[in-house]
Amino acid sequence: MSVLITGARPYGETAADILVEDGRIAAIGESLPVPGADVVDAAGLVALPGLVDLHTHLREPGREDAETVETGSRAAALGGYTAVHAMANTDPVADTAGVVEQVWRLGQQAGLVDVVPVGAVTVGLAGERLAELGAMADSAARVRVFSDDGHCVADPALMRRALEYVKALDGVVAQHAEEPRLTVGAQMHEGDRSARLGLTGWPAAAEEAIIARDVLLADHVGARLHVCHVSTAGSVEILRWAKSRGVQVTAEVTPHHLLLTDECAEGYDPVFKVNPPLRTDPDVQAVRVGLAEGVIDAVATDHAPHAVEDKETEWASARPGMLGLEQALSVVVATMVETGLLDWRGVADRMSARPAAIGRLDGHGRPLAPGEPANLLLLDPGARAVVDPAALASRSRNSPYAGRELPGRVVATYLRGVPTVLDGKAQR
Amino acid sequence: MKRHLLEAADLDRADATLVLDTAAQIDQALAGREVKKLPTLRGRTVVNLFYEDSTRTRISFELAAKRLSADVLNFSAKGSSVSKGESLKDTALTLEAMGSDAIVVRHSASGAPHRLANWVRGSVVNAGDGTHEHPTQALLDAYTIRHRLGRLEGVRVAVVGDVLHSRVARSNVRLLHTLGAEVTLVAPPTLLPVGVGSWPAEVSYDLDAVLPKADVVMMLRVQAERMNASYFPSAREYSRRYGLDARRVGALGDDAIVMHPGPMIRGMEIAAEVADSVRSTIVEQVGNGVSVRMAVLYLLLGGAPQ
Repeated sequence: MSVLITGARPYGETAADILVEDGRIAAIGESLPVPGADVVDAAGLVALPGLVDLHTHLREPGREDAETVETGSRAAALGGYTAVHAMANTDPVADTAGVVEQVWRLGQQAGLVDVVPVGAVTVGLAGERLAELGAMADSAARVRVFSDDGHCVADPALMRRALEYVKALDGVVAQHAEEPRLTVGAQMHEGDRSARLGLTGWPAAAEEAIIARDVLLADHVGARLHVCHVSTAGSVEILRWAKSRGVQVTAEVTPHHLLLTDECAEGYDPVFKVNPPLRTDPDVQAVRVGLAEGVIDAVATDHAPHAVEDKETEWASARPGMLGLEQALSVVVATMVETGLLDWRGVADRMSARPAAIGRLDGHGRPLAPGEPANLLLLDPGARAVVDPAALASRSRNSPYAGRELPGRVVATYLRGVPTVLDGKAQR
Repeated sequence: MKRHLLEAADLDRADATLVLDTAAQIDQALAGREVKKLPTLRGRTVVNLFYEDSTRTRISFELAAKRLSADVLNFSAKGSSVSKGESLKDTALTLEAMGSDAIVVRHSASGAPHRLANWVRGSVVNAGDGTHEHPTQALLDAYTIRHRLGRLEGVRVAVVGDVLHSRVARSNVRLLHTLGAEVTLVAPPTLLPVGVGSWPAEVSYDLDAVLPKADVVMMLRVQAERMNASYFPSAREYSRRYGLDARRVGALGDDAIVMHPGPMIRGMEIAAEVADSVRSTIVEQVGNGVSVRMAVLYLLLGGAPQ
């Protein structure tokens, strides 16, 4: 089967035709003559490599009322993703080979994106003893990213051992950086707004202290460290320093931390409650610059679906987290491309190539070039639309972008040459 | 007036003054009468929705509504809505269906009244939400100050104690500022929120330095359990540095008054002889609370005089 995508602009550059055959990009060039191929008119659309998410909560097993592997996969495909890392804080926790293989298999069955399970660092995310990391790495799911996300691996000795141990697996520990003693009962960013709103503060220092500790540990034992959802200007400073010293540290930022601030907490609508919390405008500016410089390597969604009853409550009772997969690229266009901080090659690097490299994924994050796997998306960069949560493919509705106009529409997504999205609609 | 009273910032100076003036008129109208009841809210329904125990605030609102001839329902839902099973929203819709005109809500979660206001058509009155605000307490405090000192403009108010966890402090800082008073917050740094610098108030760690200049000393309750989380070393040390005892009261000006929102912990933040002295307005505050809450319910439900 061959598909000829005509007139697309790879990386937003000169228009070209892209010939896809047998799951690979067979050729890229002007006016490719291909008798018998399905022709897809992509005039004016930007072609990018399929996006890779390092941080997705698919909620299955355990909270299938909020999201399933299938519904989350569909949301991902609609967002332009061809691979997502499924976080381990399911019920049961993905801390054994059995659970990660189950999630991996459900992803294969859904067939919309490659679902790559993340394994828990510690048994039950309890932060007490290591889970069987080797068994998960050797399983069919080939786990390379390990995280207790939702919880910090707070015990410094345990964190050191985890960093050391995964070296043998070519793995990486993805740390949810939150000093637990500094965030007891924390509800939002600690600052002027938390003081006035009477919500317990989540100080920036609670994130920065863990990142500082962990880059020192990673340096000491010569291991890879990945920092989840960096949210503060101080964290960017520490990462910049660590990278300048040659520490093997990578980091991600979420779309919501690129766009939204703690001002959203005014009105106490828990759709804006998230962990780490939305920060201040200077923090937003700092993480954007960090992402542009490459101090922050990747955009990762932290897509966190929640059932209505877990959000339509008092702020303090609500679960933290917000949807992200379907709007991530649009938010990056709004905050990074339209502001001139990143070009399209930069977007491809931060949303595809680098996250794939961090996750050690074969076949994802590859450039648009002949011979490469045909994982790609077509984006209409000029389209603007108001986000309607009811129209999302996710099973949940907790989008912080509801009612907000965002640029960019994913028109098509191809996973190994097979269209998962066409004309903005999921194909299965 | 806005439809709801969720926080002190809902009241501009004119609205706040109107509430205080209305309370004064109510006091005059009822003074000396045997039947302390006005027909103003006959046929209207006020629900007291209390998720936290607070006998004094609830009976104050209950008495206020009854003196205005409203029908009063007391809905006590102890614990959080989640632990109880029924959500705040479902409770709100239930009360709405029963035809409540106003919901007076006390909740342990900051912002719960704001959420409630999204779900009901009637008025919502915040009777204390978590560590956020308690606007009718601030109104009754302002009423008491004005009654005792004859003015609010330029009055120097020291608010002393656990500002961090105090909804009374947050409402008072905002309302007293709106009404032209000058507020100084006095507490150990651990009991002041990060971000307090953005409030329209001075901050001091030294009670003895503030007292000679204060027209009003408003003492806040300090829970002894706070010392377990290292907010201060011991109840004794707190008392020595921030407690209002007879010696410290001696530093006050002749006309200065001492206030406490209650319930007070005698011997911790305030000495018994101070609480019972002529400077103390503590009992007066309770009585004024009923008048001010009558004024609020009247203005929200009966409409402001045009």
